[in-house]
Parts: sequence; C-alpha cells; structure tokens
Amino acid sequence: MPVTILSGVTSKFGELWDVSPRNLVKEVALAAADEAGFALDKIEAVFVGNMLSSSLGGQDHLGAFFSEELGLSVPAVKIEAACASGGMAAHLAYLAIKSGQYKNVLVVGVEKMTDHKPEAVAAALMGAGSEGEREAGATFPALYALIARAHMLKYGTTEAAMAEVSVKNHFHASLNSHAQFTNRITRQMVMESPVVASPLKILDCSPITDGAAALILSSKPLKKGIIISASQAATDSLGLAQRLDLTTLKAAVSASNKAYQEAGVKPEDIKVAEVHDCFSIAEIIAMEDLGFFPKGEAASAIEKGKTQLGNNRLVVNTSGGLKAAGHPVGATGVKQLVEVYQQLKGISGKKQVPGADLGLTHNIGGSGATAVIHILKK
Amino acid sequence: MDAGILGYGLYLPYYRIKTAEIAPVWGKLASDIERSLGISQKSVAAMDEDAVTMAYQASLDALLDAGINPGKIEALMVGSESHPYAVNPTSTILGEFLGIGHSYLATDLEFACKAGTTALISLAAMISSGTFSTAMAVGSDCAQAKPHDILEYTAASGAAAFILGTKHKAIADIVAITSYSSDTPDFWRRDGVRFPSHGGRFTGEPAYFSHVENCGRQLFEKSKLTARDFRFAVFHMPNGKFPKEAAKRLGFTEEQTAASLIVKDIGNPYTASSLIGLAAALDQAQQNDLIFLVSYGSGAGSDGLVLRMTKNAGKKRNGANYQERQYRKKYISYLDYLKFRGKI
Repeated sequence: MPVTILSGVTSKFGELWDVSPRNLVKEVALAAADEAGFALDKIEAVFVGNMLSSSLGGQDHLGAFFSEELGLSVPAVKIEAACASGGMAAHLAYLAIKSGQYKNVLVVGVEKMTDHKPEAVAAALMGAGSEGEREAGATFPALYALIARAHMLKYGTTEAAMAEVSVKNHFHASLNSHAQFTNRITRQMVMESPVVASPLKILDCSPITDGAAALILSSKPLKKGIIISASQAATDSLGLAQRLDLTTLKAAVSASNKAYQEAGVKPEDIKVAEVHDCFSIAEIIAMEDLGFFPKGEAASAIEKGKTQLGNNRLVVNTSGGLKAAGHPVGATGVKQLVEVYQQLKGISGKKQVPGADLGLTHNIGGSGATAVIHILKK
Repeated sequence: MDAGILGYGLYLPYYRIKTAEIAPVWGKLASDIERSLGISQKSVAAMDEDAVTMAYQASLDALLDAGINPGKIEALMVGSESHPYAVNPTSTILGEFLGIGHSYLATDLEFACKAGTTALISLAAMISSGTFSTAMAVGSDCAQAKPHDILEYTAASGAAAFILGTKHKAIADIVAITSYSSDTPDFWRRDGVRFPSHGGRFTGEPAYFSHVENCGRQLFEKSKLTARDFRFAVFHMPNGKFPKEAAKRLGFTEEQTAASLIVKDIGNPYTASSLIGLAAALDQAQQNDLIFLVSYGSGAGSDGLVLRMTKNAGKKRNGANYQERQYRKKYISYLDYLKFRGKI
C-alpha cells in the first residue's frame, strides 16, 4: 500500500516575532487541509516534529497542545530527534499509515527560536549532543568545524569550496518567497564574514529561525499523486569522539542505502534533493554519503555548479536549504518534504526543476546521530 | 503651549574608551563592530561619578545659563535608569546640593532611555497650565552594560539639564509635544539585577523603529509641519545606525541630524542621549530655527517635541557647549574601564 502525500505547506520562515507556535501550526495545518480538499476533522492522528518546545518554551505535551488548537481529539504526539525531529515525525506517520491503523494523518514540524537569546538557543541545541562534548563546552559550530577540518585534511576540501554551498543556497532562496534570507551572496562575502568556529564563518552556518511546515499523508491512492516510496532512519553515536571517521555520517549512509533499496532506485536517478546543510561542510558530506558523488569529489562538483538550478542531472536544496531558507529545527525535515513534494508536482515556480520525477530528503539530527531519508516519487 | 527652555547645561565625563580597545578583549575585530554598530568610542564616568554627580554638574551649568537663582525652581524631575538608589530619590539629593530650598516638587522618573524627555514634556505641560512658573528637567545616566554584551561598546555616561519657564524669557519655545507607548519588552532590568537584558535584533524594527517612526509621524501631524521645515532633527541614539535610519525614514537629510549626532563622540548615555543631542542642536540654533526631537525608551515609548528658537537664541551662553566638552578627554584601557565602572 503506497503512502500518498495529499498536501504540503510551509509558513514563511524567519524572525516571526508577532506569531506564536499556535498561530504557526494553525496556519500550516489549515492550509494543508484546504489543499487536500477536506476539513481537518478527517485527520485521524497528528505527528508533531519539534525539538525545543520544552527547553526553550517550557511547553511539553505538544501533541495535545496542537490537537486542542486544531479542534481535534485524535491521537497526537510530539516526536523529538533533534534537528531530524521533522523527518522522524514524517517517518513515524508513514509507518502509522502503513500499519493500516490510520487513513489520513497530519505531520507538522514547528519551532520558535528567535524569541530567545542566541546563547540560550545554542545551549538548548546542545541538548542534541553528547554529555562529554557538552561539558567540554563544544557547540554545534565547533563540532562541525572539527568535521570540516577532518574533511579538508583527508580530501583537500577548501574553505572557498565550502563557501560555494552557501552561495548556491542563497541563490536558490532568492527565488523562494518563504525563505528567511532572499539576498544573493558571493564567495568573497562568505570568506570575509566573521569566523564562528574556524574554518566555519557565519555565512557557512544556518541561522536561528521561526517556522512551521505541514504535510497530510494518506493511504488513499491518487492518479498522478506523489507517493513516499521510501522512508528510512538510522542512528549513530551522539558524540564525534566515538566515530572512526569524521568525514562521513554513518547513519546517513546506512539510512540512504536502505531507502534506495526500499524504493528500488539508485542515487543517479534522483533529480531533486533537499539535504541537511546546517553548515556548508554538511552539504558536501551529504552529497558523498548519499552516493551523488564519489568520496572527496563533492566539493569541487558543487564549486562547478553541478547541483545548482539549471543543471539537468541533480539540483540540491532548491528551497535555499537550511542556510538560506532558514532552520527552525523541528520544522526543517517537514519543510524538506514539502519542497520536494512541490517540485514533483511541478508547482515550484521560478525554482522549479524541469522534469523532476524522483526526489530525496536528507534530515540529520545532532552532528549525525540521527539520519532520516525519504524518497518521493511522482 | 506657553512653555519654553530658559537655559540648558550638559556634562560629559573626562574619560573615553575606544571600540578598538574593547573588541580584541573578546576576540572581535574592531572593524566588524564599528561597521555593525556605527560606533568607535564612548564616554566613561570616573570611579567617583554616578547619575547624581553628573546631574549636578549639568544642572549647575543650566542654572548659570538661564541666569536664575536655584531658589526659583518650583519643580525638579530627574530621569535616569541608573538612579544610585532603588528607594531614595536622586531629585532630592540634587535639589539639596543645588540649594533649591524645600518648597518644590521633586520626583525621579524611570522609563529606560526616555525618562529625561518625559520629565521635559511633563514639566512643560505643568508650566503651560500655570501650575509652576520655573522648573528643571534632568536626564543623567551611568549606563550599565554587562562585560562581553554588545551593549558594552555603546553604553556611556553623561547628563543634560534644562530650565523651563514661560515663553517670554525662553530661548526656545515648546511648540508641540506628543508621546507614543506600547508594551514591547525589548530591553529590561529586573529589580536587584545589575545589568540590563535585551532582545537582540528585536530591539530594532518592532521596538526602536516602530515607536520612533510612529511618534515622529504623530508629531508632524500635531505640529502641522513636515521634515523640510526643520533645521535640526534629534533622535535617541542607541548606536550609530538607528538614528540615521529613523531620520531617513521620516524624511530628514543627513544635514538636519549632523549637529545632534553625539553618538559618534560619546556613545549612548541612555536617558541623556537625546537630551545631549538636543543641547548640541541648541548650541547652533538661531532665531526661528525649528528643532524636531523624538526620544526612545525601551519597554517601550517615544516622546516627541517641536521647539522654535526665539529672539533670545544665539546669544553667548554661560557654561560649556557640547563641542567645548570634547576638548578635555582621556582615552583609557579596558582594564581601567572595568575598574572605573566597578566591574573589578
């Protein structure tokens, strides 16, 4: 039984100071129901992807919280898997449909971050890290800086090549009205931006963002519908110290291999992908972990524009990615699915990839401790 | 309204610290900070100075400039967000030191960076109503900033005082006043907490700009004047960029704000910021010049007032003007800064 995506919606991403998580979720859930062509009361279960509602907002029990807001009394639950919370919520919703228990389910990803001080957000995000690294004072930019250094050392990856990831993603975001940053940037701007954790500069890093995204998944088959042909997840050690190789995320490799197998497709079949570029180096590693480029060759491929819009083989992060569209952590995984769903439907406007018929999403939690991969088919 | 400024005085401490001195301590490039805040130095009060001593210095100059006996002051209001005491008014200490006597209304005001302008418009309204004939409004701050907070580059010290009276002796008539307030928690300090907290970028658009622009537009409407009618435009200056941007949005030119842009020399002495800016504009204003002023206090609100210079304007002042206050200064190290502000 295939799982069909009936609708997909994202809110505006950015500093949404006058909007609460309630408003955000209501906005995307109602719009998703509207697009699916039915009222919300057809929803039989709600899966909420969110990371920080407890540590930053003091609000636990998020399933019932949003269920109340939407006027529903169906099973509803918060799924937390750090920055992969959204992808994991979709994965569990997918399994819930597959089980035959529910016909129509709502997946919502939401995060409200900009109401809090950056240092409070950075500390809360480290809840996704290992105890040892947290106590040592590491933050995610520091951990990804270590990963970047390891990749530079092993494969000769340059800071300039990493900068090109951000340049490309800002270019894509300039075509996305829902993106947090719609300004185009240059390699020089990235290279000259303030250093956060060497070699990562501020323009190598994804921002703090408010936003929500929603999907309605269904067991109802649709003519010309978009289906989820694979949904897989894997985990790895929380900390970097326990890993044999820092230049790859084992969980992403494992989950994507299982996903390709489930969907019966190969990496070269994918036309459009949304990957977890929380830092520029993360997109380079994602390209290699997903099998799009041989190990050590993704950086130069990105530098040559091989994953930018206008390319006929593969376009990556048409939304602008986490870097430019924004990274409301619990919403990111759902937003990635919405973006690929819209690409396959052919409704992506100026950022439409022509002929997109097979897409992939790659959502990472922590510094690679959770990976969730989805493959969508037209 | 029947109220105007009879005289004014300002006080700046002797010490300055440069952005280039603070930035390297925290691993920042001074050029990055200067570019993002539009600020390169700020004034620092000495170890033995606080909001009271600076208010006293500015008030003495104001009395001298107005040429009136302290005993004539019937009301004294002091605005500050660094009153040395939580309970025990700055205004009575000041009144005693100045020798105002005891038959006067004294009160302290606190409204982040706009308490001083609130003192000014409140007293102007009381004078215009005939309740008092002479009064003094003071804004004074030893601005607090936590080490390593972005505020550390801007939070400065200074004071300004204004003697208010009825129109006939005024150097500047107060033509119109207005205010704009809302519950916007962009910057705060809880009782007993030493340093203020702030909402980072939230202090911009929904806070400073929203209030300053709305208050400014109200003031245009109320005074039936437009930006081009004014020779000077004065704003609260939390950093070097915000006042320039607010001025631009309200239709003012750089020339109109140049005289009052004191932030480039002394940073942001909180309550005293727009008042010292006003004093710097008054230093240069001639008969019939119009001055536009909009302050901003976090929490949040803006006061606006329009002043028209009278025939008494332009005469030689008693007391040092803003430019003269710049000549006497000394640049200090970050360590001295910490010591002077009692942080070590």
